Amino acid sequence: MMWKLLFRNAFRHTLRALLTVFGVAVAVLAFGLLRTVVDAWYAGVSAAAANRLVIRNAISLTFFLPIAYMEKVRAVDGVAAISHMTWFGGIYVDRKNFFANFAVEGSPFFDLYPEFILPEDQRDAFGRDRKGCVVGRALARRFGWKLGDSISLEGTIFRGDWPMVVRGIYSGRDRNVDENQLFFHWNYLNERLRAAGQRRANHVGIFIIEIADPLSAAAVAGSIDAAFRNSLAETLTETERAFQMGFVSMSEAILMAIRLVSFLIIGIIMAVAANTMIMSVRERMHEFAVLKTLGFGAVRLGGLILGESAVICAAGGALGIVGTFPALRILAQYVSNVFPVLDITTTTLVYDALAAAAVALVAAAFPIRRVVTVPIVEALGRAG
Amino acid sequence: MMSAAALVDIRHISKSYRRGNQIIPVLEDLSLTIAETEFLALMGPSGSGKSTLLNLIAGLDRADAGTITVGGVEISALSEVDLAAWRAAHVGFIFQFYNLIPVLTAFENVELPLVLTDLSRRQRREHVRTALRLVNLEDRMDHTPRQLSGGQQQRVAIARALVSDPTLLVADEPTGDLDRASAEDVLVLMEQLSRELGKTVIMVTHDPRAARRASVIKHLDKGVLANDVEAAVP
Repeated sequence: MMWKLLFRNAFRHTLRALLTVFGVAVAVLAFGLLRTVVDAWYAGVSAAAANRLVIRNAISLTFFLPIAYMEKVRAVDGVAAISHMTWFGGIYVDRKNFFANFAVEGSPFFDLYPEFILPEDQRDAFGRDRKGCVVGRALARRFGWKLGDSISLEGTIFRGDWPMVVRGIYSGRDRNVDENQLFFHWNYLNERLRAAGQRRANHVGIFIIEIADPLSAAAVAGSIDAAFRNSLAETLTETERAFQMGFVSMSEAILMAIRLVSFLIIGIIMAVAANTMIMSVRERMHEFAVLKTLGFGAVRLGGLILGESAVICAAGGALGIVGTFPALRILAQYVSNVFPVLDITTTTLVYDALAAAAVALVAAAFPIRRVVTVPIVEALGRAG
Repeated sequence: MMSAAALVDIRHISKSYRRGNQIIPVLEDLSLTIAETEFLALMGPSGSGKSTLLNLIAGLDRADAGTITVGGVEISALSEVDLAAWRAAHVGFIFQFYNLIPVLTAFENVELPLVLTDLSRRQRREHVRTALRLVNLEDRMDHTPRQLSGGQQQRVAIARALVSDPTLLVADEPTGDLDRASAEDVLVLMEQLSRELGKTVIMVTHDPRAARRASVIKHLDKGVLANDVEAAVP
């Protein structure tokens, strides 16, 4: 009986109820999308392994490290494996085709990254071909590349055309693995740099090491940095997670703004929903007074109003959550080069639901207070 | 002391309302007893305090001073929560404009007060059918208020007032919004409730014809009761 009353009242003014449902849905959808974008920013951080450390030049990432450091680092206690990678910054055909591309140590690089699944024969083929490259599955799909295809990158940091042959296509072990990257041989890069007599020859961007015990990360990092103190290129060793966080923190202000906007959207819809509920209850104050007259107490009346608000916000929240999935698919088509991993997380879905619940609670709070405290006689309008 | 036959005992109540900075006295040192099964008509000009008195007896409002005892319970001393429970158990309300819930059917409107009881769904349905049969509206139970005439709506309201078998029925201008024939039907029904079911009925009315159906008529003027008038019961 009370449920009937609740549902019929919730959709008594169909257009107003549907518009409020739509408003909540749009707000929850926007909230979910923005949170997913923020999560995407942190995708590198969440994909970081606990047993990997990154060694970079202590001055800045733009300063390289001598390749000669490699053997010295390998000898440090606790280092199980080492490889290196160098940001290449190449462009494929047009600047708008941006994707991350790195010069790496070849096959050993993939030993350090088991999350990149590369078939053995492709790995061998890549190892054998000095001009070979390995691309992510999503990247290959994006440009229609197949094994054996010849492609060329135009260098921005390292000038010139860099022809390559696709020798491998890796896939991600987990959903948060970026499949939009290209890796090619550092030897190929270094040979041309050396031939041109460039200062950056025999240098790499960063070293990546695998440590035997993740708990010893601080000690190993300290040993490595101590080994190169007072050298021409001092090092800064940190966990892969901290290294990735360094990139994210560069855009912290933008992330903060996005988070703020997402909460503002929820705040705005709270005000809109509260206004709708206040109007709806004010129009029916007489009916609530009749219910009070019949003996309905604060709990039942509050439950009725909260229930109405919850029905509208639950419908809007569900619609918004369901709508987030296709909206993300559409968004991903346009921003896959910037956000290679754009998946809504369970945490975001829970936050979506909590946001809808918060809207329902806030929207119901004011009318409940009014209905519970208004004297019956005043609400019935019959004094004298 | 309250007599054995008295259901309502009002002692020295006063009530005033505040309008801005002004305090407007409505009832002044009013005392009154209403016997069980009595059909009392409260008459008086607008602003005389008759609706205020009805509100106080029904536990919808509180007096500034004095006591009101109904069926041995001093309702003026009850908390808001206890007063709501007391109203649900002991008072049936009939309003001038019926005050039915428009989104519920006649059946559901009558069922509303029973939601607050421990009755099972089946028992509730039986009670509702009985109440609707009593007001001769069993065939309209699935109609919403909008699909009923004024007279029918008021009969649904009476069924709602009756369904929980309250001790006291209070009616504020129950025929004020009805045509003559419908008003007559409603009054006959209220008279039957008093006579045949032994309900104590208190009715506020402007209409002398309606008041004549009551067993006792009392006049209020400026918050003070005039001499009792024994109604000419047909």
